[in-house]
Amino acid sequence: MTGPHPTAPGADELRALTRAFLDAHPPATTDRTDFLRARFDAGLAWVHYPAGLGGLDAPRALQAVVDAELAAAGAPDNDPRRIGIGLGMAAPTLLAYGSDEVKRRFLKPLWAGEEVWCQLFSEPGAGSDLAALGTRAVRDGDHWVVDGQKVWTSSAHLARWAILIARTDPDAPKHRGITYFVCDMTDPGVEVRPLRQITGEAEFNEVFLTGVRIPDAHRLGEAGDGWRVAQTTLMNERVSIGGARVPREGGMIGKLAATWRERPELRTHELHRRLLDLWVDAEVARLTGERLRQQLVAGQPGPEGSAMKLGFARLNQAISGLEVELLGDEGLLYGEWAMTRPELVDFTGRDAGYRYLRSKGNSIEGGTSEVLLNIVAERVLGLPSEPRNDKDVPWKDLAR
Amino acid sequence: MTDRLDLLYSETEDDLRAAVRALLADRAGHTVLLDRIETDAPYVPGLWKSLATDIGAAGLLVPEKLGGQGASHREAAVVLEELGRAVTPVPYLTSAVAATETLLALAAESAPAAGLLAAVADGGTVAVLAVPLSTAPDADPPHGPAVPAVADAPAADVLLAPRADGLYAVPAEEAAIEPQTPLDLTRPLARVTTEPGTGTRLAGPEAARAAVRRGLLAGAGLLASEQLGLAERCLEDTVRYTRERHQFNRPVGSFQALKHRMAQVWLDVVGARAAARAAADALAQGAPDAPLTVAVAQAYCSRVAVRAAEECVQLHGGIGMTWEHPAHLALKRAKADQLAFGPAGRHQDTVAALADLPAPR
Repeated sequence: MTGPHPTAPGADELRALTRAFLDAHPPATTDRTDFLRARFDAGLAWVHYPAGLGGLDAPRALQAVVDAELAAAGAPDNDPRRIGIGLGMAAPTLLAYGSDEVKRRFLKPLWAGEEVWCQLFSEPGAGSDLAALGTRAVRDGDHWVVDGQKVWTSSAHLARWAILIARTDPDAPKHRGITYFVCDMTDPGVEVRPLRQITGEAEFNEVFLTGVRIPDAHRLGEAGDGWRVAQTTLMNERVSIGGARVPREGGMIGKLAATWRERPELRTHELHRRLLDLWVDAEVARLTGERLRQQLVAGQPGPEGSAMKLGFARLNQAISGLEVELLGDEGLLYGEWAMTRPELVDFTGRDAGYRYLRSKGNSIEGGTSEVLLNIVAERVLGLPSEPRNDKDVPWKDLAR
Repeated sequence: MTDRLDLLYSETEDDLRAAVRALLADRAGHTVLLDRIETDAPYVPGLWKSLATDIGAAGLLVPEKLGGQGASHREAAVVLEELGRAVTPVPYLTSAVAATETLLALAAESAPAAGLLAAVADGGTVAVLAVPLSTAPDADPPHGPAVPAVADAPAADVLLAPRADGLYAVPAEEAAIEPQTPLDLTRPLARVTTEPGTGTRLAGPEAARAAVRRGLLAGAGLLASEQLGLAERCLEDTVRYTRERHQFNRPVGSFQALKHRMAQVWLDVVGARAAARAAADALAQGAPDAPLTVAVAQAYCSRVAVRAAEECVQLHGGIGMTWEHPAHLALKRAKADQLAFGPAGRHQDTVAALADLPAPR
């Protein structure tokens, strides 16, 4: 995205606009959906977006000014946790690559939470090596016909639309034969099945695509350029991480420390040492996040963001593992194995056994820790990559 | 509170860093150090004056009206990052931080302490606390006349000696200073004996205990920045070497087994920077929870520095095991730093006490 528009409003102007908007649409007496639609039309949804698409071409940082005014007035929000994929991944890609018509059709209901989005990227045969994906899209007149299987799709069972990447040119090397689409999740060829995980529940889905028809107008970017388009999506996934200040003992360590304080009969010397190790590590991780936040506010983004997810995964696993041990006989029990379908995931929710099992996913989802270490080594430290034998080979000739 | 800590570097701090780095590169490169560390005079001649007096680094913690530069622990921490990077033998942490902070606690009540503080702040006088380097902030230092492992005592003009009846400033010529052979050749150690009756009393026992504790707390907190600088340098050297070194017809740094180890060290360094900056800023602000922030920084950064230095030796292979390569200077400093101002376990005990995580009964 480019910088603020030359005539973009400043903080004072945004504050005045927000107050005027609140006067015209009192939160107490306005229907929630009507309020959100009107907020979008007023350009106060995401102020850094273009005018007419929910924004005012203002600097991104000034959103905080609007949000503070709205929160003070008790205005409803768009429940961003429920529509995170739409807001964090689909929207920036639609904005960067969508036609005017596509942007006008999709962005408003996306932002207002009237249409949930999901992401059809990972496949059973393409996880860390996402560019090897094999779901095929074949051109048929004004449409594309898609066949294949996607996996680990959150919100697929709730979603109206999906962002999808599929193979359109099997003769090209793997990064160059991919195209990016918007997929209609109500198409009769889309079948969504819950994917039960080791916690017993099913947060995610498998999505089977059989003869799914996508109009060419719903292609984002050029045919064969989908990998580059997907980088926009994934880059924004990383930008959206990190935000708020976390208080000391704010994460999983708080649960463990509370149990330690409340249950002196469970304490042993060996557990005490490990608790202190983890408490120190968690406090340093918190300070690292705070430092990263201060860098972003000061307009000096650093590569430290990559450190956050790696540290978070290791810490959550170690802390929840220690918690199960600390609980002794109670650690042998598990709350509930029934296959539920949680809409929101709370890593610190439920019991220690659940936290232990769920946190195993933290070093796999959103990039495995091993791949992230490669990224740190190559992009941050500048170490040479491993020799590769898959870059210039046609996708159809790769080992599978 | 940590919610208000400034964890970034200011422009002034960046400028100070550049000045110190240039000085050390010019005058105290590793070949210079290797030539000196086994002699009776490991300190590079003239370097202390350039750093302490000309750049003004000795007086950073001291207000201008007391003869210093009126800066803070944040700037001193940046100097220590550079001294850690270059593993420089200078009595900075001992004189310009621990002893200076001790004297600062006494200067308002004691004219001799104020006089000594001004002399130390302009770099003309080197003062060190006559306590073992391994003394933790919350420990009671030994009160006997003979004290082992006093860091930088061979460079000291004045020893600050805690005795049962208070803190004394003893001129070096009135003390017996017997050099000991240190694990870390870049931080000379000596057994220091100050006989009763020597020196000038600066404070009674209670004020002395609080002042020494404050000096050791600042020492422990800013040691974290030295450890950060050392770890960062070890990682940079390791990355540079493994990019250039070829085996099996590839740079060894392209092997994932090595890359992941270096990436892990980078993650540790990122954490160490946040922890060390937090400790420096908490000390600078006089934050009420500074003792906890310092204990966290020490418990974390001492481990990171040792790990970075050990990985540096291992990933350099055979050359890292030689005397001519500087990796051992960093390894020895890192290992000794792990004990300086109290071992990590001692700082963990402090965390347990201050964060209400009690040990089993």
